[in-house]
Amino acid sequence: MTVAPEKSAELVVPEGHVKLTIDGLEVVAPKGELLIRTAERLGIVIPRFCDHPLLDPAGACRQCLVEVEMGGRPMPKPQASCTMTVAEGMVVKTQHTSPVADKAQQGVMELLLINHPLDCPICDKGGECPLQNQALAHGRADSRFHETKRTFPKPIPISTQVLLDRERCVLCQRCTRFSSQIAGDPFIELLERGAQQQIGIAQEKPFQSYFSGNTIQICPVGALTSAAYRFRSRPFDLVSTPSVCEHCSSGCAERTDWRRGKVMRKLAGEDPEVNEEWICDKGRFAFRYATAADRLLRPMVRDADSGQLRESSWTEALRVAAEGLAKARDEAGGVGVLAGGRLTVEDAYAYGKFARVALRTNDVDFRARPHSAEELEFLAASVVGTSPESGGVTFRQLESAPAVLCVAFEPEEEAPIVFLRLRKAARKGRTKVFHLGQWTSPAVDKTFGTLLPCVPGGEPAAIEGLFFNSGTAEAFEALSGSGSVILVGERAAEVPGLFSSVLRLAERTGAKAAWIPRRAGERGALDAGVLPNLLPGGRQVTDGTARAEVEQAWGLAAGALSAEPGRDTDAILGAAAAGELGGLLVGGVDPYDLADPELALRAIERAGFVVSLELRPSAVTERADVVLPIAPSTEKSGSYLNWEGRRREFGTTLDGTGALPDCRVLDTLAVEMDADLFTQTPAAARANLERLGATASTRRAEPPAVPAPPAPGAGEDGVLLATWHQLIDNGSLQDEEPNLAGTARTPVARLSAATAEQFGVVAGEQVTVATERGSVTLTAEPADLPDGVVWLPLNSGVSRLRRELGAGHGATVSLRPQARGGNS
Amino acid sequence: MGVFDPLKGFGVTFSTMFKKVVTEQYPEDYRPTAARYHGRHQLNRHPDGLEKCVGCELCAWACPADAIFVEGGDNTEDARFSPGERYGADYQINYLRCIGCGLCIEACPTRSLTMTNFYELADDDRQRLIFTKEDLLAPLLPGMEQPPHAMRLGENEQDYYVNGPELARKAGEVAQ
Repeated sequence: MTVAPEKSAELVVPEGHVKLTIDGLEVVAPKGELLIRTAERLGIVIPRFCDHPLLDPAGACRQCLVEVEMGGRPMPKPQASCTMTVAEGMVVKTQHTSPVADKAQQGVMELLLINHPLDCPICDKGGECPLQNQALAHGRADSRFHETKRTFPKPIPISTQVLLDRERCVLCQRCTRFSSQIAGDPFIELLERGAQQQIGIAQEKPFQSYFSGNTIQICPVGALTSAAYRFRSRPFDLVSTPSVCEHCSSGCAERTDWRRGKVMRKLAGEDPEVNEEWICDKGRFAFRYATAADRLLRPMVRDADSGQLRESSWTEALRVAAEGLAKARDEAGGVGVLAGGRLTVEDAYAYGKFARVALRTNDVDFRARPHSAEELEFLAASVVGTSPESGGVTFRQLESAPAVLCVAFEPEEEAPIVFLRLRKAARKGRTKVFHLGQWTSPAVDKTFGTLLPCVPGGEPAAIEGLFFNSGTAEAFEALSGSGSVILVGERAAEVPGLFSSVLRLAERTGAKAAWIPRRAGERGALDAGVLPNLLPGGRQVTDGTARAEVEQAWGLAAGALSAEPGRDTDAILGAAAAGELGGLLVGGVDPYDLADPELALRAIERAGFVVSLELRPSAVTERADVVLPIAPSTEKSGSYLNWEGRRREFGTTLDGTGALPDCRVLDTLAVEMDADLFTQTPAAARANLERLGATASTRRAEPPAVPAPPAPGAGEDGVLLATWHQLIDNGSLQDEEPNLAGTARTPVARLSAATAEQFGVVAGEQVTVATERGSVTLTAEPADLPDGVVWLPLNSGVSRLRRELGAGHGATVSLRPQARGGNS
Repeated sequence: MGVFDPLKGFGVTFSTMFKKVVTEQYPEDYRPTAARYHGRHQLNRHPDGLEKCVGCELCAWACPADAIFVEGGDNTEDARFSPGERYGADYQINYLRCIGCGLCIEACPTRSLTMTNFYELADDDRQRLIFTKEDLLAPLLPGMEQPPHAMRLGENEQDYYVNGPELARKAGEVAQ
């Protein structure tokens, strides 16, 4: 029996949608959708250059012309499908069905190519160039233009890392729109008119943006190219491996392109939940530290006779390390573990387990920066275990929050992707952003934010004053809106009482608090239990049930784990310096990141036996007894937890280099000490961690309840120091990158006009900031800081505050103008 | 098998003695190849000695045997190897892989890569059969100068390409 084909059911048009026809196919689209997107959903590709889903429509390149018919009447000319929204009853014909659209597109392509130099062989975009591809697919075979092409001098560096070739430009304005809309750094703009129209920068104003690398990636031609990647390779040479950024706690998806065992470049990966399609320049360009000439490749043991480090075999180094650590553990007062904040979850878990199982101690801490007991309580009570699944704050929530308050957190410098989300949210006018800080930094301006000024160390008092005493404050009301968020940064640990105030504020307003550390590994190490008071999975050391779970999973005798919380980083170093600790196991820790570098160095020297797991020589390896080389993130697999608590898993990019991840080194070292960690590979460590599961214990950690201290004063002669890290600074993961370093913000000392006058400082001239340890001299720049406060970058150029001054955020320093012609 | 078959066989041998010999007495008798024989590659030079290769990797892209490795480099004012921005910093052809198809020659946008008639490409060492840029570069003719040096024949690379044939002729005259 033949059945007549059923007529396809009429398309149902839901509320807020329209029905239209594209290339003879009926489609329902939400109102306001751009034609080019609707066509994309149907699988119809319309060529385009200027259109980008995350940028506002511009209609600049005219490549996406299609024929449109409205209400039975064709529009007189082909229309740009990237700017036209869908409408009821529209009939659209693309180049596939309309000769008019096809001819129009070919004509546009011919015009775009008139002044294009066609220097594809020497262009870095060659092989992955949308213009090249579309010229082949939709262009004419030859040009009718035989006159002289317009030429420009090329290439011109618009910053140390971005090169501009104006001849190749098709004026799609993706770069200018990205810079002004997404990044908020409109240093690059269209100049001139007519045939001379070109992209350019203002004189003496280079393209200094933390996000300039994205313009290279979204440029549809080779007009913007990377200085670091210039002429390095072609797309067909490269193997592309998905990866995760190892720099900040945003956990951006990246694509690592490598050739012959060497990483050539990194590009932004796509993850709408996290980084959308953008990454910062640090994530994009800072990767050559792993191939630095001084990279440690062989284990080293300190020679007993000469006192020098000498290369050794793994067998010897592990034996010496195991013997030394066992001796320090049993006879000399124990061993402390400083893991560092850049570990994957798997490696961090191995450090925590090594401390508890092999060294039988809770003296383990990942915080290689100033920290406090209050922070420990805060992390245990309200951060550990949160994730997008369990209702924690996410990037998306930032975008829909009615208000966001940044406390002791500088989003652009410390977590640039968080900054981009805040700017996106604020730009749409939905979110009000408040910054509790010292001065109107670029991030405050670019997030259309409101500065709630306070002196460094006065943040808790400011919170109490602003929100509790005058309950009608605008910020308080905004934060009371449902879905509001408070973001706390790492320097909150330097301000006593701040975490407690934040929690009180969150409770009062109903806003959610989220902790955004600066380093990629801190959140993972927290959840993996690399803290003196926490076991993996947020289990408290003092909780008997939780301890029993861990003892069972790890195959330990009941009662093997100590119920006493261990020492934190400062206490471990203090004990080692006082000779109370027999040894130290140090991961990727730079002593100059710690609150007191002198104490740290003294502790490492005094400690009887020091084992260092490092990538490159450091102040720790210089003083260590055994140095074990470990793999950089490209040469191992693993996962980071980003600040949301989202797991960011990545595979090995460069296989077979022989470099071992920390978890493998620690596993073998533990075997030498007769303990089994079961962390031979990151996968094994992950499985071992997952077997622990969630805790059955119902005990919750007590949140910190430190009363807010009054705002500090600096006394008559001193000023208070405000400081934070800049994104591009002296960090060791940015070594070997001169092009990136060229876009760092110039270190200056910022202070208010009144403070400058009080101390006789002239704007634009040198000023010296000093403590009894040392001094730093920088150019003074006026800013809207509270009086009696000076701001310096923490670790940029000569401004290395911890090393030179031994001071951090909230410290009291002295200030004096540098005499002209005097020594600096 | 017939009785006369052995004789027949000797007959073939005997008659061959009066035919033209096709065997070549290589290497004593070294015969030239056909003019367009696909022999060893050569990286050509501009008349002033600058390299024509711009390191674009199109030859490597075209190669069906994956025998070519190229890495581009950036010409600077202090060290210029070719006219224009880019030159081939590293260039290797692996003759263990090369099948002599000549697709690389067709791909070359600057006529830098051409093939010579040289065919004595045998060795007992694999490493020596990977020819590097030094092996492949054309010899310096009279009037040429070993790069790096500044552009002698024009202001920019356009001058080299637009006036190329004329320059080559002139260089030839000078050489004579």
